[in-house]
Amino acid sequence: MLCNICNENEATVHLTQMLEGEIKKMDMCESCAQKQGVDDPSGISLVDLLVGLGPTSTEPQPKTTTAPITGLSSCPKCGYTQADLKKTGRLGCSECYTTFEEGLDQMLRSMHKGVRHNGKSPKGFRNTRELKAKTRKLEKELEKAIKDERYEDAAIIRDSIKALANAMSEFETEAATS
Amino acid sequence: MNLNDFLIPTQDICRRPGPFDRVVLTSRVRLARNLQEIPFPGKANKQERQQLLQTVKPVIETMPALKEGFSEEIAKLTDLDRQILVERHLISRELAKKNQGAAMVLSVDETFCVMINEEDHLRMQAILPGLQIKEAWKAIDKLDTMVETKLPIAFSSQFGYLTACPTNVGTGIRVSAMLHLPGLVIAEHMQQTITAVNKLGLAVRGLYGEGTEALGNVFQISNQMTLGESELEIIERLNKVVIQVIENEENARAKLLENKPEMLFNQIGRAYGILTNSHIISSKEAKNLLSLLRLGLDLGYFPDVDPAIVDELFIVTEPAHIQYEAKNTEGEALKKTPEERDIRRASLLRESLEKMPKPVMDTSGPKKSDPGRNP
Repeated sequence: MLCNICNENEATVHLTQMLEGEIKKMDMCESCAQKQGVDDPSGISLVDLLVGLGPTSTEPQPKTTTAPITGLSSCPKCGYTQADLKKTGRLGCSECYTTFEEGLDQMLRSMHKGVRHNGKSPKGFRNTRELKAKTRKLEKELEKAIKDERYEDAAIIRDSIKALANAMSEFETEAATS
Repeated sequence: MNLNDFLIPTQDICRRPGPFDRVVLTSRVRLARNLQEIPFPGKANKQERQQLLQTVKPVIETMPALKEGFSEEIAKLTDLDRQILVERHLISRELAKKNQGAAMVLSVDETFCVMINEEDHLRMQAILPGLQIKEAWKAIDKLDTMVETKLPIAFSSQFGYLTACPTNVGTGIRVSAMLHLPGLVIAEHMQQTITAVNKLGLAVRGLYGEGTEALGNVFQISNQMTLGESELEIIERLNKVVIQVIENEENARAKLLENKPEMLFNQIGRAYGILTNSHIISSKEAKNLLSLLRLGLDLGYFPDVDPAIVDELFIVTEPAHIQYEAKNTEGEALKKTPEERDIRRASLLRESLEKMPKPVMDTSGPKKSDPGRNP
């Protein structure tokens, strides 16, 4: 099992805490555990670790910390800060998922079965995704047709790609205006 | 429209049959959804929440499933109305505390309820009696698909449906079943059950969900993980676990009857004695005793008594329901103190159970547990 923080070394420190009545687990390598102050169990909060923002203690953090700190400390869209996220455990807007993506990845890993959505998707989105896949396939066919000097076929394929692009932009405007 | 004119009378709600309803009270599937562009309710300002409400409410109101429903802003409901809705499990305690921008739309048959500006912009749920998790999912999925064609829902191919709390992201689904498990509690197997269910990644909670006590031996089993699995996988697993718990509960009841019948009769008999003779009783004590009475009914100790009578008492002895009944029958506008409610609750129980015969308990030999209304 790999360390939840650096994702490189073997995890040898296993931390379990009850948070709001739920059991949360964290696995770390020794070096990351030390950096997070796990050798002093009284001074560690799993919430901080799960949110990936380092310990809340007032002590200055070592500069070489491997705790994932994301590039942006506040969301450009809603102004939500890492401190807000840490305090509430909630995000400010849908854009926050992009802003805090790095730190979130680890948090989601500890909460869920996976980190990639595997369920239902909105109809418009589903269509766009299907269309994109179809386009990619046709583009490959087009390339091959040109290579084989089958220009008539190539023209037909090109028209199909154009039609797909039109359909896609229609979906997008539909999604934006609905 | 007045909320209490809209709500289905408790005696009718309690007479809706469902599969395995000896153990499973209700099945529920809830979806969390947000709109693109507007910050989540916790971050949005009053104006943005109001804007969201103006956009969303008319769409929800015109959905076929919610037509002619009860659609109201929370701020326009009295404290008592809000509490009644919480006690009926129609809205969350969180929504009941909100004001600006928060609203609810409840369908006529009370199967669907949509909460607006709770923790997420939209919380849509379907509740059905008994074990009907899959049916509840089908119903809410249909509504969700229709809503999606009318509103720009926040979605990413990586994270799925984006929610205010990362614990809900992905499918945004919370599937739960409310179970009455007196057998497992009396047999002292509940802790074991909770541990086993937790190990499968499911949560066991009390009567009112997160952070609440398991009053009246009522427990909620729900999924915790929402990302990485499809809705159907989550539903299938929960359904399997619930069926297993039902089986364990029935086995616990059968074993108690076989090995400790006197202990069981004693508990049920005392519950009957107290409920029919008390003059002051708290909501908590009432629930715990009503649970035993319901167990007695399930085991056939009260022949010819409709179990709905006891189920209804579970609801109408809740604090807000007591308050409401007092207001209606006596025209009292004054808020009752908890002590006054305890007196009123006791008299309501005495009156309602007046015609209920004493339990008939046969100690001559082990009795097979009655299959009841199970399919």
